Amino acid sequence: MTDAFPKPARNVTVPEFEPKTTMEKPMKIYSKAIILVAALALSACSGAGRFGPGGAGGIGGAGGSVSDPASPAYFQQTIGDRVLFPVDQATLTAEGRDLLTLQARWLMTNGDYSAIIEGHADEQGTRAYNLALGARRSNAVHEYLISQGVSPARLKTVTFGKERPIAICSVESCYSQNRRAVTVIAAGGTS
Amino acid sequence: MKTIQVLGLVLALIGLPSATFAQQSSGPLRIEITDGVIEPLPFAVPDFVAQTPAAQEFAQSISAVIASDLAATGLFREIPKDAHIARPTSFDSPVQYSDWKAINAQALIKGAVSAGADGKLVVKFRVFDVFADAQLGDGLQFGGSTGSWRRMAHKVADAVYSRITGEGGYFDSRVVFVSESGPKNSRLKRLAIMDYDGANVQFLTDSSSIVLAPRFSPTGDRVLYTSYETGFPRIYVLDVGTVKRRALDVQAEAMTFAPRFGPDGRTVVFSLSQGGNTDIYKMDIDGRDAQRLTSTPSIETAPSFSPDGARIVFESDRSGTQQLYVMGANGGEATRISFGKGRYGTPVWSPRGDLVAFTKQANGRFHIGVMRSDGSEERLLTASFLDEGPTWSPNGRVIMFTRETQGASGIPALYSVDISGRNLRRVPIDGGASDPAWSPLLK
Repeated sequence: MTDAFPKPARNVTVPEFEPKTTMEKPMKIYSKAIILVAALALSACSGAGRFGPGGAGGIGGAGGSVSDPASPAYFQQTIGDRVLFPVDQATLTAEGRDLLTLQARWLMTNGDYSAIIEGHADEQGTRAYNLALGARRSNAVHEYLISQGVSPARLKTVTFGKERPIAICSVESCYSQNRRAVTVIAAGGTS
Repeated sequence: MKTIQVLGLVLALIGLPSATFAQQSSGPLRIEITDGVIEPLPFAVPDFVAQTPAAQEFAQSISAVIASDLAATGLFREIPKDAHIARPTSFDSPVQYSDWKAINAQALIKGAVSAGADGKLVVKFRVFDVFADAQLGDGLQFGGSTGSWRRMAHKVADAVYSRITGEGGYFDSRVVFVSESGPKNSRLKRLAIMDYDGANVQFLTDSSSIVLAPRFSPTGDRVLYTSYETGFPRIYVLDVGTVKRRALDVQAEAMTFAPRFGPDGRTVVFSLSQGGNTDIYKMDIDGRDAQRLTSTPSIETAPSFSPDGARIVFESDRSGTQQLYVMGANGGEATRISFGKGRYGTPVWSPRGDLVAFTKQANGRFHIGVMRSDGSEERLLTASFLDEGPTWSPNGRVIMFTRETQGASGIPALYSVDISGRNLRRVPIDGGASDPAWSPLLK
C-alpha cells in the first residue's frame, strides 16, 4: 500500500530562497545543425519529437533535399542514420556494419561535413549504466567509420543513455528502436 | 546573484519551571525500531500556544508539521485533535495526565510560539510520557526567522523522534532532485531542491539542458551533478546558497558523469567515458590530483564512498553483468559483493557505514534493496516496473528513490521506504521527479 505524505496544513512560505535560473545558451556544438534542421521537419521515425533541449539531434530531420545525394537529408533518410543493438550489447550487427559502410562512403564523398555519433539505450537499465552503454555504442560506430577511412577529426561521440528515447512505449517494439547509435551530420569541422 | 539568507536557528534549553521536571532518560516510552513489526506509538500534539498575537498564524501550522513528520515515519500515530479532552492554553500549566491517558495518548508534545517585532520566531516544547506521569527530557526552544518556521517544526519533531527512538532524526533536511516535465522523448529536466517532505520546492537550474543525478556535499552547501550544457555530459558543482555553478575541471572532450563527494567534502569520485570505455576516477574539487581508480575494458560507474572515506563501492559489468564491488579509496583490487540472481547497480553506502543500498533488476522488475557492505543479508525493499537510484536519510533509517511508471505516458516520482521495507510513501511533488539525493541533517 502506498500513502502520500500528509500535506502540510498550510504553506506559509517566506521566500528566502530564490535561485537565479538564467543561464548562458547551451548546445553551442549543435547550433549549426539546428540551422540545417530547420528546413525539413521530416523524420525517419513517425511520431518523433522535435530537436529537444539538451541535444539528441538524431530525433529531428536533417537539412537539404532528399533528392540531393550530397545533402544531410539524403544521408539521414536514404542511406539511414542509425544502427540498432541487441539488449545490453554494443557489438555491431552485420546489417549495422553494412549500413555504416555506406555512411562512411558518404562522409568520404562529402568532406565538408562532420558528424556527432549519439549512443542511446532503452529504459530497462539504471541511469549511469545506460550512459556508459550509450558511450560504448557510439564508440562502436566511431571506430567502424574510422576503419572505413573517415578522419577521426571529423567525428565526435556523445552518450545520451536512456534520456532521449525515440519511441516511448514500454515494450520491445519501442525498446529495439531506442537501443541505437545515430550519426548526426553537422556542417564543418566538429572542433 | 542573490544570496540565500543563512538560517540562524538558535537552540536553547528552557529553564526548568520546577524541580519535578528532572530529566528522565529511561522509561516505558520507547520505540525500538530495530524490532520487527511494531504498533505505531499514539501521540498527541495539541495546537501550540501562541504567546504573542503575531505568533498566531504559526502556532497551528507548526504543530501540524510536527504531527505530519512523526506520523509519516510509520512509527507514530497521531490522535486527532478533535479527540483531545484537554486544550492547553498555557505552556507552563501543569499537565492533566488523566485527560491524555483517557484518549490513550502515550506521548504528549506541548509547545508554544512567540513572534517578536523583529520578525524572530521562538518555538519551545516539552515532551511528556503520559503513562509515567512525567516529562521526558528537558524542554527545548528554537529561535529563527519567521520564514524558517517549518524548519523549527522539523527540529522539534527530530528532537521528539530522537528521544523516543534513541536514534538521530531526519526531518530537518532537504532533498535535491531532478524535476521533470514534457513528453518522454523530449523531457525537460531541471535541478530542484525541497524540504524532505516535498514542501518548498525551488529550482536551481533552468530546463535548457538535460541535468542528471545531483549529489549533496557532506555539509549540504554544494551539489555535484551532470549537465549537457556543452552538448556532452559533464560534471558541474553548484553552490546551493548562491546558485553559482562551474564545470569540474576535467579534460575537455571527455564525458563525465555519476559524481559523488567523498566524506571530506573535497574529493570527488566520478565516471569518465573515453573511447567507449567507462572507468572511475577521483580528483580534488578544484581539479587537482586527478587519479584513475579502475582500468578495465568493462563499465565501471556509480561510485560511492564509505562514510570513513576508506573504501568505494561501485558497479561494474566485468563479470559479464552489472554487479557491485568494493575497492580501496585509491583503487586497486576490488571485491565483488553482489551474488544474487539479476543485475545490481547504483550502490550507495549508508551514513552508518553498515549497509549498502542498491538497484536490482531481475525477471523484468526493478527493486530497491539493501545488503551489508560485505554483501551478506541482502534484502529487497520494493518492486515495480522501474525503481532506481536510492538515497539515504541522514540517520540511515529511510531510503528515497525514483519510481517511474511504464508506457508512453510514464512519469517518474519520488518514493520513500524504511529499511525494513515498510512504510512505502510517495513524496508529494507536482510534476515528475527523479534522482533524489538527501542532504545531511541541517545545522
